[in-house]
Amino acid sequence: MSDAVAFAALPDRRDPAWRIRVFWFVAAIVIAWPMFVATEFKPWVLVEGSALKSTLKFAGDFFPPKIEGSFLSMVARETWRTVAIATAGIALALLIAIPLTLISVRVLSISGLTGRMNAMPAAIRYAVRALLIVLRSVPELIWALVFVRVVGLGPTAGVLAIALTYGGMLGKVYAEILESGEPHATTSLLRNGSGRLQAFFYGLLPQNAAEITSYTVYRWECAIRSSAVLGFVGAGGLGQQMDTSMKMFNGSEVATMLLVFMALVWLADYASAWLRRSLA
Amino acid sequence: MKIALNGVSARHPAAKPDAPDAIRDLSVEIANGEQVAIIGASGSGKTTLLHVLACALKPTRGSLQLNGADPWSQSTSDLQRTRGKLFLAPQVPPLPPRQRVVTAVLAGRLPNQSLIASLRSLFYPSGIGLAEAALARFDLAEKLFERVDRLSGGERQRVGLARSLVSDASLFLVDEPLSALDPTRSTQAISSLTNGAKERGATLVCTLHQVDTALASFPRIIGLREGLLAFDLPATRVTDELLRSLYANKLDELTGAAPAHEDLAQTPLPAVMHCR
Repeated sequence: MSDAVAFAALPDRRDPAWRIRVFWFVAAIVIAWPMFVATEFKPWVLVEGSALKSTLKFAGDFFPPKIEGSFLSMVARETWRTVAIATAGIALALLIAIPLTLISVRVLSISGLTGRMNAMPAAIRYAVRALLIVLRSVPELIWALVFVRVVGLGPTAGVLAIALTYGGMLGKVYAEILESGEPHATTSLLRNGSGRLQAFFYGLLPQNAAEITSYTVYRWECAIRSSAVLGFVGAGGLGQQMDTSMKMFNGSEVATMLLVFMALVWLADYASAWLRRSLA
Repeated sequence: MKIALNGVSARHPAAKPDAPDAIRDLSVEIANGEQVAIIGASGSGKTTLLHVLACALKPTRGSLQLNGADPWSQSTSDLQRTRGKLFLAPQVPPLPPRQRVVTAVLAGRLPNQSLIASLRSLFYPSGIGLAEAALARFDLAEKLFERVDRLSGGERQRVGLARSLVSDASLFLVDEPLSALDPTRSTQAISSLTNGAKERGATLVCTLHQVDTALASFPRIIGLREGLLAFDLPATRVTDELLRSLYANKLDELTGAAPAHEDLAQTPLPAVMHCR
């Protein structure tokens, strides 16, 4: 076999990367183990006899999904309300996020063009980032509980909760998308004396429009899912109906509503792909 | 616009602290309406000098005077207004790929446009004829409504140059306008630039890698070597000997093609972290 090779192989040297690989492998286990313990991670209880039986019973209730006329028209009405909560929430979130993004994006800084940003604008940017952190670090569920007390049960609480949390998320991620894109077009416009907003509309936005759009549609999809959770605390929509059906152990109604959620997510996915294609 | 540089040194803000300044102790005066080519090997500070003239880079030492006033003693908004009278065309055309050519060209007018007018121009371009005339100077009139990402590299570079013609600037600062163009296009592009500047009485400062083109099209040549002024002469008095010493150790650049561009702003981009 070896007669095809005209030279003898050298003795194998040690791979210098080997030791560091072993180190990280061991480190990952050492770090993960306490987390498994803390979270009582015991997947095998799922397949133990009694647990398995109640799981199957619960899941069995889901079939067949309920397709009774009056129930379906109620589901359709609540679905429309859910979509409306998500859409209104995202619209308000955009009203919060867009101005905050425009203030906090570094690329649009005129004093930052020549190296360090001036102290004042830098402080304002820092304050805006802190505000965005506050907005999104409070989960929408907590905001919803707060607003349910303020404005009462119903969709308004859901809309406001989504607007605040998602405003924080969109503001942060928009800023990151805008800053990670190619800044050349924008800085050139600023260097030639354009205003910040002009540079945004003629340079930064066309450069990053597809990313921004697809992220916004994705967040709209998240808002639909999130409005389901918010319904459980009384913020209206399909989620509230699902909570009622859950409490009545009516699995077939829950199944129908879950199917509706899947359809909505599929729709959002489709819309995002279509928008990306038409902007690409 | 009249320019006076007095003992100017400058460096990129991201340069290592122990690195020498990219240009050092440069004193040059350029009169109103003059046309000047800056030549020198790569790394000699041509782009840095252009950025200093464009108020894109603050001198670390010395002073810059534009029309007799120091732009860096102005407030930020006045400085931005001054920048509106300068036009810096970077070597890599700064065009967003999804923008249409007409919008990209008309972006040269932004400094003299109100925000409302520029937003209206995004819905329906105002000044289509102006953009088309500017593009026609570079043989690109038929690309008016194409998208930038459908253009070749050379076409993009010419679109970037056409933008300068619609701007209201009185000083054109053009960085390596020919790096992506073939010889015929180069001749056309340079004459469009020089004529465009002459028509409006604007000053033109252009860095060039093509020494023959510089000597043929510009009355005055500034040679930079390792950040220092090597010579500042009328084109007729630039001898082969001067050129050889300017490009010493880099003679291949004197005859060869322009090297790939080196952007000043090479700060690494942060990775995107989408919280999905």
